[in-house]
Amino acid sequence: MDADALILSRLQFAFTIAFHIIFPSFTIGLASFLAVLEALWLATRNAAFQALYMFWLKVFAISFGMGVVTGVVMSYELGTNWSAFSRVASPVIGPLLAFEVLTAFFLEASFLGVMLFGWRKVGPGLHFIATAMVAVGTLISAFWIISANSWMQYPVSFERAPDGSLRAVDWMAVIFSPSFPARFVHMVLAAYLTTSLVVGAASAWRLLRRADEAESRIALRMAIGMFAIAAPLQLLVGDHSGRDVLRHQPAKLAAIEAFWETGSGQAFHVVAWPDRRIAGNRWEVSIPKIGSLITAGSVEARIKGLRDFPPADRPPVFLVFWAFRVMVGLGVAMIGLGLWGAWLVWRGRLEATRPYLMACVAMGPAGFVAVIAGWVVAEVGRQPYVIYGVMRTSEGVSPVAAGAVSASLIAFLVVYALIFSVGVLYILRLLAEGPAAGAREAPPERRAPGSALAAAPDDPDPEAAP
Amino acid sequence: MTLDLPLIWAGIIAVAVLLYVLLDGFDLGIGILFPFAGSRERRDVMMDSIAPVWDGNETWLVLGGGGLFAAFPGAYAVVAPALYLPLIVMLLGLILRGVAFEFRLRGRKRGKAFWTAAFAGGSLIAALAQGCVLGGFIQGIKVKDGAFAGGTFDWLTPYSLTAGAGLAAGYALLGAGWLIWRTEDELHALARRWAIIAGVATVLLLAAVSVATLFVDPRAAAGWGFDGQGFDMARLAPRMGVPALGALGMGLVAFGLARRSHHLPFVGAILLFLSGYLGLAVSFFPFVAPYSLTIWQAASADNALALMLGGVAILLPVILGYTVWVYWLFRGKVGADAGYH
Repeated sequence: MDADALILSRLQFAFTIAFHIIFPSFTIGLASFLAVLEALWLATRNAAFQALYMFWLKVFAISFGMGVVTGVVMSYELGTNWSAFSRVASPVIGPLLAFEVLTAFFLEASFLGVMLFGWRKVGPGLHFIATAMVAVGTLISAFWIISANSWMQYPVSFERAPDGSLRAVDWMAVIFSPSFPARFVHMVLAAYLTTSLVVGAASAWRLLRRADEAESRIALRMAIGMFAIAAPLQLLVGDHSGRDVLRHQPAKLAAIEAFWETGSGQAFHVVAWPDRRIAGNRWEVSIPKIGSLITAGSVEARIKGLRDFPPADRPPVFLVFWAFRVMVGLGVAMIGLGLWGAWLVWRGRLEATRPYLMACVAMGPAGFVAVIAGWVVAEVGRQPYVIYGVMRTSEGVSPVAAGAVSASLIAFLVVYALIFSVGVLYILRLLAEGPAAGAREAPPERRAPGSALAAAPDDPDPEAAP
Repeated sequence: MTLDLPLIWAGIIAVAVLLYVLLDGFDLGIGILFPFAGSRERRDVMMDSIAPVWDGNETWLVLGGGGLFAAFPGAYAVVAPALYLPLIVMLLGLILRGVAFEFRLRGRKRGKAFWTAAFAGGSLIAALAQGCVLGGFIQGIKVKDGAFAGGTFDWLTPYSLTAGAGLAAGYALLGAGWLIWRTEDELHALARRWAIIAGVATVLLLAAVSVATLFVDPRAAAGWGFDGQGFDMARLAPRMGVPALGALGMGLVAFGLARRSHHLPFVGAILLFLSGYLGLAVSFFPFVAPYSLTIWQAASADNALALMLGGVAILLPVILGYTVWVYWLFRGKVGADAGYH
């Protein structure tokens, strides 16, 4: 094994998967949002819902495409860079990933075509079903991938075969491993929050210019509803997930809180500079006893510190400690945004409160940052293991040359930087135009044959315009 | 009775890869033909004809890769590192052409030109890289103790490059066949010309790869009963259906073009691909990592294969059902008004 190939492969995997997760965490929520919009449009026939649907559909098409192409990479990278891991882990997690393809990817990809291009081919009811299928597909996909990841975080119900590879004992126990339920809900809520923050920011941006734009008023209220409900819920689910970490991954918990000594009545470090070289914090701002209370529910709880783990088994503390604080800090800001917004809606002063609209715009990217920070906590926090307690990351790498991996890493950096900057530019352009502009392009409802307008041409095709 | 699960799974993955090659083949082919279309309007129609289905087509590649990971981890773990560079290049090509579907629509003047080029270039690169993957696979992978033990550029040979060129030509033929079937007027006429050129190139390169396969490894030759000097007719005869199928496909393409048929060239191109595909299968079966791991040596645990087989038995018919429905929904000639949002 080549030490350089290992570090380069880790960098490449971290980069490509962090880049990829941006898109699913947005499109999982956006697909559900689109399904709700279309349902509301079908139920109320309010044209604003249709305009919003057509508007966010375009954003969805761009983001979903980027999610697909960066996701295909992941299905091959396990082999190109982590072949030893694949050989050992596949008999357990292979079926989970295969089921993701079979139950989710085909469903999403096939019905996406109908969703984007089927307006004139199917009736409104069938079109709504296509949207709903895509939305369900994104959730099923999240189910399987979180299931596989949760098993790797806390592997249960497996045994080792003579050739060193693993075997599942009870599939239900593998699929629904102990940390899975809370982590699945945590990820779906994170996706819904990420999407609602983007919808809220785009709508607030439009309202800062035109306070009377009906579509943006509706969309901002829907987003605020999501912040107000999902953000506090996320705090509870996250806390539950944290208890799972305390039970199953004590080294990760110690890294998250920068606990070095084992003991009861651990202090809570609000901020600190943890340093693995001195096996302690260079400085810290702490509240006595609260650390045990927050993590274990009692000030008397005894919690294991990092010094009780061999140095080779300690995760990188600084990154995990700070990523966790970024995630929780943004989560608290989301709760604040929800409460403030709900109060303004109740008082009928939403559009008039420009600082709130500006806060919404500023919080637009917060979901993405929180999601990536959360995954850093989960994935860096479990190091040095790729399968917790069973297989080290260093044992999983492929026998490939460092030169080949540096070449591919550079190529990924260049191509992803290109598609990211262009994708973001095109999405921001669309968002700046606003939903009202998109409404002009929206295909009208099908006209009844024989009605006055039946012979009139359909909406002009925007692509045909010079 | 016990099921031979590895054999069944080899069949399932073979079908997934075949469907991938045929389905993404024609839409990659359209990208390869993109630079020759001559006008923006024609390129728009070409792209519109595949926009609703390309994502579903590419999912078969994920099933191929994911299926190999899940069903034959022993093979996945040696094939992927051995073909590291062509696989990464393929992925990058697919990224550029995949995002181009939306980006080209959103781009203004320069952006549109760039993503037009990216769609064409990405498609060609992906096709060439897939051919190199195929060639590198057939010529054999060096394995020691169940792990890849060769060098970074082992795959790079005249054989694999010929396979790359052949696959790109074949995809262009499939793409031209698709356009003959699905478009009208000028573009339809243009596609006939493309089909002739791509057809000739495909046949020549396929013939070159077929002959070279007999010399690339004795075990591949043995699949055809060839020992370096002559053929064992008893072994060759039952396998002659494969080149016969290729000749039939070639004939259908030529006949369809001569008779101005709208669908026969596409059908012929599919048969030609099927013959090439079966020909390769004859060469390396029962190896799944030529020529060191057989499907039984590389297979995953029986309980994993059995669980997935249960899933496939239920899900694959459903997937094929809605895939066919989507194709049926978007049937018919694609005109200039097929665009969307």
